[in-house]
Amino acid sequence: MSDAADPPVDDVATKPDEDALGAFASGVETTVDFPLQVEGLHKSFGGITAVDGASFEVEAGSLTGLIGPNGAGKSTTFNLITGVLKPDAGTVTFNGEDITGEEPHEIANRGMVRTFQIARELSDMTVLENMMLAPKHQRGEELWRSVMPGVRDDVREQEEELLERVWEVLDFFDIAHIAEEYAGNLSGGQRKLLEMARALLTDPDMLLLDEPFAGVNPTLEKKLLKHVHELREQGYTFLLVEHDMDLIMNNCEHVIVLHQGKVLTEGTPDDIRSNEEVIEAYLGGNV
Amino acid sequence: MSVRDDLAARMPGGDAGLIVFVLVSAYLLYILAGIGLGYDLRGQLNSIATLTFYIGVFAMLSLALNLHWGYTGLFNIGIVGFMAVGVYVMALVSKPVFVPGGAAQVGGLGLPLWVGILAGMLAAALLGLVVALPALRLRADYLAIVTIAMSEIVRFSFLSGELQQFSVLGNTVGFGGGSGLILDFVPPLQALFQSVGLWGVYLGFVDAFQVIVPTNPKPVVDGIVYGLLLLGFVSAFYWLLKRTGESPFGRVLKAIREDEDVANALGKDTDKFKIKSFMLGCALMGLAGILWLIPQGAVTPNFFRPRVTFFIWIALIIGGAGSNTGSVLGGAVFAAVLYQGPRYFQNLVSAVFPNLGSPAGFGQAIGPLISQLDPVPLLLYTVDSIRQLQLVVMGLVLIWLMHNRPDGLLGHRKETASVISLSRPKTMATDGGSVEGGDDE
Ligand SMILES: Nc1ncnc2c1ncn2[C@@H]1O[C@H](COP(=O)(O)OP(=O)(O)OP(=O)(O)O)[C@@H](O)[C@H]1O
Ligand SMILES: [Mg+2]
Repeated sequence: MSDAADPPVDDVATKPDEDALGAFASGVETTVDFPLQVEGLHKSFGGITAVDGASFEVEAGSLTGLIGPNGAGKSTTFNLITGVLKPDAGTVTFNGEDITGEEPHEIANRGMVRTFQIARELSDMTVLENMMLAPKHQRGEELWRSVMPGVRDDVREQEEELLERVWEVLDFFDIAHIAEEYAGNLSGGQRKLLEMARALLTDPDMLLLDEPFAGVNPTLEKKLLKHVHELREQGYTFLLVEHDMDLIMNNCEHVIVLHQGKVLTEGTPDDIRSNEEVIEAYLGGNV
Repeated sequence: MSVRDDLAARMPGGDAGLIVFVLVSAYLLYILAGIGLGYDLRGQLNSIATLTFYIGVFAMLSLALNLHWGYTGLFNIGIVGFMAVGVYVMALVSKPVFVPGGAAQVGGLGLPLWVGILAGMLAAALLGLVVALPALRLRADYLAIVTIAMSEIVRFSFLSGELQQFSVLGNTVGFGGGSGLILDFVPPLQALFQSVGLWGVYLGFVDAFQVIVPTNPKPVVDGIVYGLLLLGFVSAFYWLLKRTGESPFGRVLKAIREDEDVANALGKDTDKFKIKSFMLGCALMGLAGILWLIPQGAVTPNFFRPRVTFFIWIALIIGGAGSNTGSVLGGAVFAAVLYQGPRYFQNLVSAVFPNLGSPAGFGQAIGPLISQLDPVPLLLYTVDSIRQLQLVVMGLVLIWLMHNRPDGLLGHRKETASVISLSRPKTMATDGGSVEGGDDE
């Protein structure tokens, strides 16, 4: 399968650790170290304050976990970061630029792409159509190119390239056998896979995954995690919401705990495991 | 792929076979009806030309609506407003310059017909932009409210005295108010054939047609040729919209219809796509309006009542929203059965049974049913009023469709939104196994 399933290939060279090391040496350039910075985010719905002054940073090339009890505001935070919701207060900075209040498609085009907690497949489109939709900068998205004789051949060429990549990703995610199925007919777990595969096809720098493994079988989960680690090594950054503590503790190098819309604490998995407050608020003493 | 429990699957030749079958049956029925009505050859040819005309306009309009609703999920119930703007702007641009004492009360700018047609389409598209800009950002149902309001505002504006007559570049022009406008320019067929230098050939052909229709064959030939011209336009619409749908552009439209937030989260500027799709559809509606009204020779604002919009919706629903083939089929079935059908049926009944003696009013029709349980007078009355009951019939058909074929005659038919077939490229390995192996180490 090699590189085609790993969308990074073209970008890798510009991303990896030299940059981070350089910044480390100079000691000030936090923007490179932390592509995503969230500062004092607030959001309330009527009487409910869903996010209440959350501030955190996500380090470049890391797999950062975002945990917290149900209703802690994790999904809302994702929505605020990716422009689906506009914050009442606070700022979101991505790659050093203030992106607060930008439209979701603008943020996606900057290289930050998210998946939804409840998978949102495009039901009346096939899995293949779902996947073909994702890649950015498709020539044929210009109406005239798609229609004009002659010019349409360019579009066709690009479609053929995309199609190969799409099939490779389908193979990787083990959903090639349902490629021609309408997405609405997929099982819950398959929808999750489709959603993640689709997000990867946009070639993002940073992925926000909202409970991507819920309902995915353990074998495939392992395989996907392995893939996530590979991508991370190539310079991709991940922010992962997940309720499975073992998964978080074993895979993330940094964990942020959200509680009632605020960052309760953050640190390495070991820090979190031994933190009294977290145990009380969330873990219930089981870990 | 999906279950194809539909008519076309049982039809030799698939979709194309079904369309041919429907068209041939429609024409055969009309010829039979013509025989029943005692038409001579001229009458038969005229009736076929009329049928073709309506099949053409409804197929075009239903294709354009399919782009809005079937592909993008835009709920446009103001179609007729875009048609009206297309026609009126075309008239303004292409009507001859006003001469005092002439037949027309107002003139136009006197530009060639094709300029007027392009201007009309452009105006309809711009109106679409104006309507769409505020409405598309709101929830989907607002577009419905805004479009139907717009179509009535357009109609009342053309009715109003204010726009009856005004002056552009020193020309007296206008929209004629309630009494309408005469479309007193060179007839479209003449303009078309003259522009390609074939007018003489055409006139020669008309003369030759005297063999079939001895007296004054020109209106008959004009009607048939215009019908064929419309079918040509239907093919052009189909070609354009098929390419639009089967492309990355169409893929985004489809995604918008399914879940706009997803498309947005994947980096597609959905507002831009919606506006483009809406404007293109509006321009096509303007063109269809022009092609519908030009041969009538005159236009009045009250032609553009909302019922025409609903006719087009019914046509699309019959064929099945989301499919271009279905749109054409729906347009044809609607035109032949629901739009023209009742008139022919009624004429036929009164030709075959001249002395039916249907009751004169609803009271006399319903009375016997209540007092003596005699349904015959009501039945006769219904047949006699079938033309007036056209809308009721359409409603019944809609209800039947909703229950029995909610996806339209063609069943659940979605054309794949891509330029190429999406099956696995032949150059690739056929299954995951070996391919994945490579990734593991
Ligand atoms: N659109 C909305 N309208 C009203 N209230 C909302 C909305 N979205 C979220 N909330 C509220 O905000 C709070 C935080 O919800 P959120 O979905 O962010 O929690 P979460 O941390 O993702 O929880 P879970 O782990 O269950 O997914 C909840 O109390 C929820 O009811
Ligand atoms: Mg959540």
